[in-house]
Amino acid sequence: MKKTVSMVLAAAMLASLTACSGSSSTSTTAADTTAAAETTAASAETTAAAAGTESKDGTFKIGAIGPSTGGAAVYGIAVKEGAELAIQEINAAGGINGYQVEYNFQDDENDVEKSINAYNTLKDWGMQMLVGTTTSNPCISVAAESKNDNLFQITPSGSAVECVENDNVFRVCFSDPDQGAASAQYIGEHKLASKIGIIYDSSSVYSTGIMDKFTAEAANQGLEIVSSEAFTAETNTDFTTQLQKAKDGGAELVFLPIYYTEASLILKQADQMGFKPAFFGCDGMDGILQVENFDTSLAEDLMLLTPFVADAQDELTQNFVKAYEAAYGSTPIQFAADAYDGVYAIKAAAEDANLTPDMSVSDLCEGLKASMTKIKIDGLTGLDMTWNAAGEPEKAPKAMKIVDGVYTAMD
Amino acid sequence: MSFVSYLINGISLGSVYAIIALGYTMVYGIAKMLNFAHGDVIMMGAYVIFLAVSTMGMSPLVGVLAAVVVCTLLGMTIERVAYKPLRGASPLAVLITAIGVSYLLQNIALLLFGANTKAFTSVVGVPALRLAEGQLVISGETMVTIVSCIVIMVGLTTFIKKTKAGQAMLAVSEDRGAATLMGINVNGTIALTFAIGSALAAIAGALLCSAYPSLTPYTGAMPGIKAFVAAVFGGIGSIPGAMIGGILLGVIENLSKAYISSQLSDAIVFSVLIVVLLVKPTGILGKKINEKV
Repeated sequence: MKKTVSMVLAAAMLASLTACSGSSSTSTTAADTTAAAETTAASAETTAAAAGTESKDGTFKIGAIGPSTGGAAVYGIAVKEGAELAIQEINAAGGINGYQVEYNFQDDENDVEKSINAYNTLKDWGMQMLVGTTTSNPCISVAAESKNDNLFQITPSGSAVECVENDNVFRVCFSDPDQGAASAQYIGEHKLASKIGIIYDSSSVYSTGIMDKFTAEAANQGLEIVSSEAFTAETNTDFTTQLQKAKDGGAELVFLPIYYTEASLILKQADQMGFKPAFFGCDGMDGILQVENFDTSLAEDLMLLTPFVADAQDELTQNFVKAYEAAYGSTPIQFAADAYDGVYAIKAAAEDANLTPDMSVSDLCEGLKASMTKIKIDGLTGLDMTWNAAGEPEKAPKAMKIVDGVYTAMD
Repeated sequence: MSFVSYLINGISLGSVYAIIALGYTMVYGIAKMLNFAHGDVIMMGAYVIFLAVSTMGMSPLVGVLAAVVVCTLLGMTIERVAYKPLRGASPLAVLITAIGVSYLLQNIALLLFGANTKAFTSVVGVPALRLAEGQLVISGETMVTIVSCIVIMVGLTTFIKKTKAGQAMLAVSEDRGAATLMGINVNGTIALTFAIGSALAAIAGALLCSAYPSLTPYTGAMPGIKAFVAAVFGGIGSIPGAMIGGILLGVIENLSKAYISSQLSDAIVFSVLIVVLLVKPTGILGKKINEKV
């Protein structure tokens, strides 16, 4: 009897451990079924266009990767939905070069290993281009894999410098150094504060990358950094000491180049301490209003630098927000817009290079690479976006502020 | 003034470590095993409170009581299913089982509650204390944590010294074989130890998540390890030792963050531990163990 109990327990434990590593591949999305359903809708056109070639199935296969669960889930879900919306629109309008597009999103929980697993799952599915990954650390590892396969990759939001080191990887968002420098310039030019405190995550390449460049640029802007304090992934719950040092230094503004999960705790603890500086974040701050059970009044007046504002009045943004709200019931954040632009960038480049789905992954990649530097698109995250050969986008940043619980554009 | 404030924050963090360390040290002292799943029982307790208070709208007190009941049952079940069959096995086998149970609980929580971070609503209704014209703010959570820590320590010490069940625990910890010969129900005593340890875990979960209001399936893991360090620091097996170890650990961690380097705080904490163990291998209040030849 005792033996059976322990055997059952051991089996359960083994199952739970394997389930842990395999969860990213099991969470298949409903997205590919909807995309597949729409494939048939316009199949007449597809067959017409593919008539001359011996295509296997006559569709482009675009994969996407991001954390749809875990501490950075808000980003992954936004990327998943933003890319999905773009692909549905493209398919409805006749596809890329007349070919329909299939779409498959995989969860990576913002974990390097799981991200590689997700990449391999997508490869098995037949992915030809990748929109991803969403977060920086996994993106760097997946970029090494896609380099080996010579598979075209465009990351919506992987902002670390190393993400686009390989020539097959491009990105939609700004790089970390650009965000850091732009934040310092924005604070300096708009005279938001002169004494700055910084709290950053020294275990994240994203956070340290922004912090370094911000510190360098702050000197040029005449900003005084009164405290620059770190935390790590292991010590990311107690920020009272870091806040106290900023308070003692007389910081008027605290710069938070970190993700929203920790930021929500910092806002709460600052409030408990009675410390009320201005808070300024980068794109990682986007999503703070969606944290379950978070008191959003704490985020009032929080500022963040981001290329996309949902309440912008231009027609492109308005249509996107309307369609997104109708499809998913929430207001899109910047990550959704980044992914949406990423898909349209692939479309523009594929049309420029006149690509067809029967080409090999490597040929597609070469074609897209050459065309990426030639195209110019009016995206949600910037008008007249262009890319240089290093994979960096060229566009202007915007800043926004949370007023009455919603994102509002600053001038 | 800022020194006082760093100190108070350190004591507050340390008190949470201390309450968790009490659970570790009790189980180690009596069952002679390291229950690595303790941190995850804390996480389960916090989820019970989150469900009861934030989802079902119960009062925080009812939520904490529900968590105490659930954690007690959970702790006793774990002991009965995973640890009791291994009573005669080597300590290493028990240790590995405990690590396995820890992963099992984390994955069950992932399955049940998802991996998304939940903002925990504080169960402490005490308002913050503002001293020296708002220069020094002591949060309600800090005060309640420190007070609960002291109450629990005094309560446990009294329980062990004054009651029959407590005396049985002492006897089992001294010599399990002799205790059996004296007619003490060893299995019952160890089950009771786990029940008390897990009830403390529920309270630790409530205080941990009230002070640092973010809840994920991995919430218990890191504080669990730190508390284990605190228990070793103070002398594992000793109840006042766990309390002293926990508070010292919290204070050292916060002061090194404040005055030396916020990046190196963990490295400093563990260096201090190494130094203490070199000078006094059984920890600050640890008993001297005479090797039997």
